[in-house]
Amino acid sequence: MPDPNPWNYSPAPESAKQAKIATRYEHFINGKWTAPAEKDYFNTTNPSTGKKIAEVANGTKADINLAVRAARTAYEGIWTQMGARERGKYIYRIARLIQERAREFAIIETLDGGKPIRESRDIDVPLAANHFFYYAGWADKLDYAFPNRKATPLGVAGQIIPWNFPLLMAAWKIAPALATGNTVVLKPAETTPLTALKLAEIIADAGLPPGVVNIVTGAGDTGAALVNHPDINKVAFTGSTTVGKLIQKSLAATSKRVTLELGGKAANIILEDAAIDQAVEGIVNGMYFNQGHVCCAGSRLFVQESVFDEVMWKLKRRMDTLIVGDPLDKNTDVGAINSKEQLKRIQSYIKAGINSGAEIYQPACELPAAGNWCVPTVFTNVSQSSIIAQEEIFGPVLAVQTFRTVPEVIEKANNTPYGLSAGVWCDKGARLFQISSNLDAGVVWGNTYNQFDPVSPFGGYKESGMGREGGLHGLAAYLQF
Amino acid sequence: MERIEVLKTYKLYIGGQFPRTESGRYYIPPGPDGKMLGNICQSSRKDFRNAVVAARGGLSNWAKRPAYNRSQILYRIGEMLEGRKAQFIDELVLQGSSTADAKTEVEAAVDRCIYYAGWCDKFQAVFSSVNPVSSSHFNFTVYEPVGMVAAIAPEDKALLGALGTILPIIAGGNSCVLLASQSKPLCAITLGEVLATSDLPGGVVNLLTGFRDELLPFMVSHKDVNAFVASDLSKTDLTKAREESIHNLKRIIHHQEDMATAESPYLILATQEIKTTWHPIESSISGGSKY
Amino acid sequence: MKNQSAPKAAEHARHKITASPPVDQVGIMERAIRFTTRSIKDEAKREGLLRVLSMIDLTTLEGADTPHKVRQLCYKAVHLHDVIPNLPTTAAVCVYPTLVKTARAALGDGGPVKIASVATAFPSGQGYLDLKLEETRRAVGEGADEIDMVISRGRFLAGDYNYVFDEIASIKKASGKARLKVILETGELATLDQVRRASDIAIAAGADFIKTSTGKIPSAATIPVTLVMLLAIRDHHYKTGQMIGMKPAGGISTAKLALHYLVMVRETLGQEWLTKHWFRFGASSLANDVLMQVAKLEDGLYQAPQYFSKD
Repeated sequence: MPDPNPWNYSPAPESAKQAKIATRYEHFINGKWTAPAEKDYFNTTNPSTGKKIAEVANGTKADINLAVRAARTAYEGIWTQMGARERGKYIYRIARLIQERAREFAIIETLDGGKPIRESRDIDVPLAANHFFYYAGWADKLDYAFPNRKATPLGVAGQIIPWNFPLLMAAWKIAPALATGNTVVLKPAETTPLTALKLAEIIADAGLPPGVVNIVTGAGDTGAALVNHPDINKVAFTGSTTVGKLIQKSLAATSKRVTLELGGKAANIILEDAAIDQAVEGIVNGMYFNQGHVCCAGSRLFVQESVFDEVMWKLKRRMDTLIVGDPLDKNTDVGAINSKEQLKRIQSYIKAGINSGAEIYQPACELPAAGNWCVPTVFTNVSQSSIIAQEEIFGPVLAVQTFRTVPEVIEKANNTPYGLSAGVWCDKGARLFQISSNLDAGVVWGNTYNQFDPVSPFGGYKESGMGREGGLHGLAAYLQF
Repeated sequence: MERIEVLKTYKLYIGGQFPRTESGRYYIPPGPDGKMLGNICQSSRKDFRNAVVAARGGLSNWAKRPAYNRSQILYRIGEMLEGRKAQFIDELVLQGSSTADAKTEVEAAVDRCIYYAGWCDKFQAVFSSVNPVSSSHFNFTVYEPVGMVAAIAPEDKALLGALGTILPIIAGGNSCVLLASQSKPLCAITLGEVLATSDLPGGVVNLLTGFRDELLPFMVSHKDVNAFVASDLSKTDLTKAREESIHNLKRIIHHQEDMATAESPYLILATQEIKTTWHPIESSISGGSKY
Repeated sequence: MKNQSAPKAAEHARHKITASPPVDQVGIMERAIRFTTRSIKDEAKREGLLRVLSMIDLTTLEGADTPHKVRQLCYKAVHLHDVIPNLPTTAAVCVYPTLVKTARAALGDGGPVKIASVATAFPSGQGYLDLKLEETRRAVGEGADEIDMVISRGRFLAGDYNYVFDEIASIKKASGKARLKVILETGELATLDQVRRASDIAIAAGADFIKTSTGKIPSAATIPVTLVMLLAIRDHHYKTGQMIGMKPAGGISTAKLALHYLVMVRETLGQEWLTKHWFRFGASSLANDVLMQVAKLEDGLYQAPQYFSKD
């Protein structure tokens, strides 16, 4: 009687027709598409196929100079002269235009970055629009955010964003900067510049005064030119801790304000009384969301010994159901690794994990021939001192450790230079809040993981960064008093 | 026969104890009239290291105290200070203040204690937030002490500057190691005696005397120090502090305000981290019965 | 000795029941939404739809049910829509006990369509145990292959889990060879923790299937509730190796929703459960919506209800 035929999903690719992508993109400076001074361009490729999508201007000092000058002029001549409410209305427009073109943004985000369309469609793009919508409303209400203090903008903000959430990070940076009255020069990551450039189209469509937002594409040198430009007042950086530290050092002698959103190696803690099935879901969301290219990924899993077997059995089964492949397919759970370099780095960590004697599990799945792919991976029997339990891998590789008592797990969880985020799964509220209040982490998810919202401040303790983005507390980074 | 006065030996205040410097070194800062102020400990980097250990030890106890309790202890510091007003005035005068200025400074110092005592259990309510996320979660943001703070007291206003630096740090639940004014160290040491008798647990505040130039590099580079606070660094020192902070991404807080006069809850926030917590909110599943 | 160990085992089972694992409702909802974002296209859709048809317990449970109505239902169960060749039959028809005889006469013996009968003072369950047992035995005696019982929700909500357990165990015994589906009426259980506890009790007491709802209250089968029950089945299978069937019932009236359920079963329990032996839909109007979708796949045209017979 049992039907021997397995029932599997047919391919369900999102049509890429809606996405209008030019063959070449210039910088967006002073409201105009501006060719790079050096006439140099680089390719941005689709990480799931290795094919070129478009070529993008490579920014140099000259381009940065131009952009900063435009931002300064706009800051002094227009943006600070405008009523705060009008400023807010411009930002609202941006939010609305993103919503209107949401599908196009989702497709391009997926093409350029490799993340599953389900995520770009349901998470990245709506959250980006929401972020603009949220901060737009703050523009004329800043007096209420800082009791007994008068807040004024800083000036020109230089912003550098990573490749893991290209549009969303652009929104995280631009929206609060504009709402607080600053102007912006943004440098997107070199592997994922397209959605920021599409955002430039929207900014132009919204009628934002020229120079208020400028976007200069390029790699590390372009970023360094921006950070070190003498006429910016603020640097906001999201990326690796190593680069963050370099930025902090290079700005030491200046009065530029800095916020850093850096790496993490978050503990995700499962207690024996937790709702195990939902915890397993949280482990998967915490680790394999966006191929693990997430600074707050729950990459160190701590499972109480008494439920270790059950958790691992369920986790492995759940991993078996993950669909890895074409990011444009609506059923894909895990997409392509963002770049060849990143894939190599992840693979070297996996090798290190195997060499350390940890036990590896990877579900059986067929990977496409072309492109950058990594099977979701979990290591058990991992030592606390092992490299895979210590360093940020930024890929779909989970390191599992066990613990026996609450004090032990708090100590282990905090035993890292990072302090961005953490998860705790526990059915007993009193215990959950004991643990959450003892974790050195800027964001703690209790009985959930990897939730984001514009109203919720995000940012790290210790070496995971300085300052907060999102919410009321994200305003301070762009204001002086 | 005239009574021979008993002179005071000035010591450090580390972990609730009053040791002399492990280095055996001393310096003799001159008073305004050229009279020597005393043999003041010239703390070494090892003294600083020991003070950091003490401060780290004092931290968890202090951070976990109920805010009300911290509030009472800060108030107690004010009470004890009030009781020793005369001694502080004498020391300030020795260090060059007029009697009237000294009196004003000591009284302001007492009042500063009371001011921050009041904030201990209030700033959280003013600056925390409950954030209305779109999903079915309770989301709230609170302040937590950044941890172990190294601080340098302003060179002027030996008492008020030191207290103005320490109080916002400890009001928020941090522990600290404070380097006293180099030229006017007397009150800082006597302040240790006040703190030691104020129910403040040992290790929460640690006081060093010595040379700023010598100790600054260790204060900003020590990897177990979470934040560094000062208000009158030279540009060179501030640059140095920022450069060295990257070893553990120490928070470098250089107050623009004059710490002798400034009082604000925002000074408490300067040594706070911000933690946001999420938790699901369930909703009822049933529609009820029809029969 | 044997007589002594049996109650002890039951006592042990009861003890385990009261310790059902917690369920986080928000986490369940999030997972539930994920199932609904799976895109089922082309061959997967056709195959899924046919499978849904084969899993339906074609149901009529009205006070106004007549022998004629039941005979029509039985015919339809076998001949869903003869315009399209090679359609499966439904898994079963589901009727009141008094109409089991009629259904058996209409379907004959040994055919592919099972006869399921509700019993035990359906739908409220507010009845005398001896009468429930008798009703069960009569329905089986008159030809029911499957018994859909309701649990005593009043007793359950009063915390009398032992009573609920014992009642299910005794109905199971009275059902003999018929497979027993235990209806939890989840819409009356208020929380997902209660749904999980009721599922564990039913499984431990001998249920062959657990079933969400009677279809007689507004809150019937939902994806989150079904997911909680599937997880109870999965945990039981993990511990004992024994498979238990699942039947969401009430409120599933569209092909799209039915496919979401298949996705959920596939990703929660696995392919082995994707057969009519282990998974059923309790539904009256679902079949026609699925048929319209199948017809659309056949001729490419959007369909209208008047081309598909209601009964």
